[in-house]
Amino acid sequence: MIGERLPSYGPPPASAGRRLLARALARPSLPAVVALVVVVVFFGVQAPGLRSDVGLAGVLDVAAPLGIGAVAVALLLVAGQFDLSAGAVALASSLLTAVLVGPAGWPAWPALLVSLLAALLVGVVNGVLVVNTGLPSFLVTLATFLVLQGVSLAGFQSVSGSTQIGGLDDAPGWPSAAAVFGSSAVIGDARFHVAVVWWLVATALATWALWRTKFGNAVFAGGGARRAARELGVPVRRTTVALFCLTATAGWLIGTLGLFRVEGVQLGNASLGTAIDFVVVAVIGGCLLTGGYGSAIGAAVAALLYAVARQGITLAGWDPRWFQTLLGALLLVALVANGVVRRRLKARPRS
Amino acid sequence: MSTPERTDDGAAIELRAVTVRHGNVPALSRVSAALRPGEITCVLGENGSGKSTLVSVLSGLRRHDEGELLVDGTPVRFRSARQARALGIATVWQDLAVAPLLSVWRNFFLGAEPTRGVWPLRRLDVDGARRTTARAMARVGVTGLDPDQPASALQAGERQSLAVARALHFGARALVIDEPATPMTVARQTLFGQAILAARAQGLAVVVVTNNPRYAHVIGDRFLLLAHGHVAGNLTREDIDADELTALMAGGESLTTLTDALTALHPELGER
Repeated sequence: MIGERLPSYGPPPASAGRRLLARALARPSLPAVVALVVVVVFFGVQAPGLRSDVGLAGVLDVAAPLGIGAVAVALLLVAGQFDLSAGAVALASSLLTAVLVGPAGWPAWPALLVSLLAALLVGVVNGVLVVNTGLPSFLVTLATFLVLQGVSLAGFQSVSGSTQIGGLDDAPGWPSAAAVFGSSAVIGDARFHVAVVWWLVATALATWALWRTKFGNAVFAGGGARRAARELGVPVRRTTVALFCLTATAGWLIGTLGLFRVEGVQLGNASLGTAIDFVVVAVIGGCLLTGGYGSAIGAAVAALLYAVARQGITLAGWDPRWFQTLLGALLLVALVANGVVRRRLKARPRS
Repeated sequence: MSTPERTDDGAAIELRAVTVRHGNVPALSRVSAALRPGEITCVLGENGSGKSTLVSVLSGLRRHDEGELLVDGTPVRFRSARQARALGIATVWQDLAVAPLLSVWRNFFLGAEPTRGVWPLRRLDVDGARRTTARAMARVGVTGLDPDQPASALQAGERQSLAVARALHFGARALVIDEPATPMTVARQTLFGQAILAARAQGLAVVVVTNNPRYAHVIGDRFLLLAHGHVAGNLTREDIDADELTALMAGGESLTTLTDALTALHPELGER
């Protein structure tokens, strides 16, 4: 046996209180939770409309699609990668589904399947390019964003001959698909959309995958210690491609939820802002831009924070442009808080 | 080409004229060696002589360009470190391969996590992993460790122990130790030595890459000297004493001189 004659190297005993504090500080979602409480209290006073059922439904309407994207982007950030194309995937997949169902006359489900496959293709292209070229994923996905936006906007107009398609609800299979992606429930005196359920499911699944599966370990290691991961045989490349497919799927889900919401599409630019919003929300939720650290729950909480602030500013009657200022300030605070956390975590005591 | 006329049927891992190139520059050229179970092979050489490349090839991180790598007599071409680990080849990397932000038990099982359940619900066996980690760490003398604390909270020496404990746990056929570049206390050096001897006692083929010839002579059964990617000498304990080994290591020039002298003494060395 080894080590019977060796001195032991156990850590110095820490008091229970300090350990609890350390654990709490180590939670990536802590700054987002604190900020959420502050913002809810502040706007609860400033904008009383926020405290009603209608106010809550409005907040969740904003938070749900944003949260779905942010949770997927958070996983990608933990793996040390970046995706700017998720917003464009959302737009492109809803346009593709609409073209297939409207002018082409396909039933709803096959059209959805094809647009999902197209989204996955974008994810695979992103992932394979990043993994094989070693280029920064920021630039690769910026390029795919531009290509995708151009193709989907120009292609949509030339195929459909107009800038919008409506009246999709006559298509076969539409009602059953609408039950999955477009239903809503009246609770109290407000209407809650099914997107909220998708958001919660996505958050729960992502959290479980991150902390309780081999995949999650590979995500953390691939972002925080890529060399160590490679040396230990963690499939970093495969995991990265899978994560790009995941953000593309999230984009598809956001686009599909929007499509069934209004039962039609209208041509509009998927601004780069949507994708930036996902990243901003994931970072406020505690993800390090350098990878290796973050949480899906944090991203979901930050999406809620984003929505409360935006709806609060509107309901308080302020100029909505103040929202960007507030978001920027939150981002700065989150970045500083994350930096402190990271220094604490990465500090290497010497023996 | 003249094949070495040794009977290496008993070798756990055998290299036959293995060449590895970084671009056009050969990092290893026509390296042959047999790593036998229950034997400690020390790899010695200057910086840049190909020691780390040899470790990469044995551990599956780097695929060899020419020659053959045989594991239990079967030729293999590793595509990732996972395949080498699956064959029971465990490595203590020079940088220790510890992810600072992951907890100790996640680090311990990284890349080879124990799971339970069937596929869509297949999940980490967290409790089992924690228990195994605590036991394995206690085995290398680190007791009272919280397996849930991040690896960055470990002392430098504890990180070395973690890497050794992991390799001992997963090594079934061979243990490859690339000595850490970070300075080690005497207690840690002792730990490494004990780990190496324990692995030999269990019948593993052990490869130790070290810069310290005296230490190598204390533990090694066989010494593989590398210079500029070539095998400059493949000696047993009987061939050489500690002083000669130190002199060999002292500089490239004396290494070459002594290699020539050894080749004159052992003509079969020149054939490789």
